[in-house]
Amino acid sequence: MIYINVILRLQMKTLNRLHNPLLYIKESSFLDVLFKKELKEKETSPFWIMVQKEISDHIHSWRFIVLLALIVFTCFGSLYTSIGNLQEALNNLKDPNHSFAFLKLLTVTDHTLPPFHVFIGFLGPLLGISLGFDAVNSEMNNGSLVRIMAQPIHRDYLINAKFTAAIITISTLFISLSLLFVGSGILITGLTPSPEEFLRILAFTALSILYVSFWLNLSIIFSIKFKQAATSALTSIAVWLFFTIFYQILVNIVAKVLMPSHVSNPLQLESYKRVIMGFMGIVPSQLFSDATTTLLVPSVRSLGSLSMSQMYGALPSALPLRESLIVVWPQLTGLFAATIVCFAISYYLFMRREIRG
Amino acid sequence: MEPIISLKNLTKKYGDFKAVDCLTLQIQKGEIFGLLGPNGAGKSTTILMMLGLTEPNNGNALVCGFDATSNPIEVKKKVGYLPDTLGFYDNRTGLENLIYVARLNGIPEQNAKRKAEQLLERVGLTKVKNNKVGTYSRGMKQRLGLADVLIKDPEIIVLDEPTLGIDPSGVKDFLLLISQLSKENHLTVLLSSHHLHQVQQVCDRVGLFVGGKLIAEGDIPTLSKTLFYETPYMVEVQLLESHEKNLTSIQKLLKDLQEVKSIDIKKEKLVITCTEDVTSIIAKTLIEANFNIVHLNKIEFGLDDIYQRYFETTNENLKQTA
Repeated sequence: MIYINVILRLQMKTLNRLHNPLLYIKESSFLDVLFKKELKEKETSPFWIMVQKEISDHIHSWRFIVLLALIVFTCFGSLYTSIGNLQEALNNLKDPNHSFAFLKLLTVTDHTLPPFHVFIGFLGPLLGISLGFDAVNSEMNNGSLVRIMAQPIHRDYLINAKFTAAIITISTLFISLSLLFVGSGILITGLTPSPEEFLRILAFTALSILYVSFWLNLSIIFSIKFKQAATSALTSIAVWLFFTIFYQILVNIVAKVLMPSHVSNPLQLESYKRVIMGFMGIVPSQLFSDATTTLLVPSVRSLGSLSMSQMYGALPSALPLRESLIVVWPQLTGLFAATIVCFAISYYLFMRREIRG
Repeated sequence: MEPIISLKNLTKKYGDFKAVDCLTLQIQKGEIFGLLGPNGAGKSTTILMMLGLTEPNNGNALVCGFDATSNPIEVKKKVGYLPDTLGFYDNRTGLENLIYVARLNGIPEQNAKRKAEQLLERVGLTKVKNNKVGTYSRGMKQRLGLADVLIKDPEIIVLDEPTLGIDPSGVKDFLLLISQLSKENHLTVLLSSHHLHQVQQVCDRVGLFVGGKLIAEGDIPTLSKTLFYETPYMVEVQLLESHEKNLTSIQKLLKDLQEVKSIDIKKEKLVITCTEDVTSIIAKTLIEANFNIVHLNKIEFGLDDIYQRYFETTNENLKQTA
């Protein structure tokens, strides 16, 4: 009798799933798969509870809503301008990129509005800074840090949870934004992206996430270092402004000083160029814009200078994705390393810091 | 019986400044212990070291049998700590704040909610449980703090300045609540304060903390005896006659009494300090000498006097060393 009951119940469960596919998805969502063990054995680990709380803090905060609105508006603004100019760009048969309609959507502009990837390069740091600048000092100032640390959790949970939550928020935002972009592109133009285009857009999204997480980590460092949230926000913005504006001016001044007087020796010229490139190469925003350009404009084949012998015989054609990735590999690893270094510094500072002011 | 909290030679230095200096202290299970001292005496630092939130430079802290420095997680499972800053998330409701802490302690969500609601009822906050903590008054936040430390079913609760910023009637209710809760749940309570008479009402034992050192500990009668071991009794007398004119004759009169140590005039009153309770003999002697007594008062020492007295002596010591 009991046996039959059990079988009946099991059947009902399967039937329910068949009737309601959402239930099935719910039961086997990817989070479940990831943390199946924990879920079955005990309550979710405190770390993920903290991450949940941080994410909900982020998406309820006004600053995130404001930045989200800003990014969505610019996204659709640039989509609008690029669609207006798409026809012209696609008909230009001399352009080796004319077959990449979706990448054009991200890069074409009539110069009234900058293209999408430039916008992301500009707003991304702001987003990262806004998610991180008061990560630790606000908790410290209202005293919640001590109270939370007095719960049975490891000390690094807090900083890791802050980081993870912000990354999850940023990733969700950018991935959905890119997919929306592609989706509206499909709807409006009636074209479908080729797999390569799609992969390029995904790579661009991943790169944007990486770039934003660099600024996030930098602002987390300042949030540990400075007690006042305003100080840490201003410092983060100052660093950002320095790198995007003043650093280039400085490099230009240095470049003028170093410029070889007689433009006779091509080797000398080459090494001069390398030095200048090296100076620019340590700027995160430069790394990002180099990398995005290469990923979104497939015909870019080098970020440095090319000699005549290298250019000789080269057809102005698009590179495959793999080749483009090889070209931007230094930029990618550079950004990645910078992000990791920032996180390591913030981790170290946080673990060493006295919990009470 | 094994003490539930045992601190041994605990020392914490910030640079050259010794915040806590060679502290040795034992607290028994079920006690309400008051850590008393002025601001900056090292009370909070001691508490942080007990929870493993700050590493001591020397010595160790055993709490519930675990070393706080090497095994803080186990200690923090058993100790509920309410910091003086409270530190609730203002943009969350009282209930959400409690559930969050409960879940950090590994209580499943449904249980956490039920438990939080029970505790909110116990501390009288059921009506405002869905209001944001930012709208709470200081007293309400303190009560929420009590619920917060109790939600993990602790063995020990540590309250840092729990009466700070509450009005006098609120303080009385709050302290009553603490002592009730500690009895109901068989808790050991450690509370720090610089409000002496408040602590006096609820504490079984107190420790006096000055300049990072524990200068005395015990229940209040014992404390007054140790601190006033020379002259633990004081008698205040007011006469109809002029005090100044008769001071020498009174001194002569009472000279024969070995217990009397000194006679001074303070604020229109004669203050007689003595080693034993000789109030009746003093009164008798004065009356027999035809003095008219209008006021006679045996002073008993509260914590405030103990405190005051201690500072007088340390200040004198300081002057001497300087």
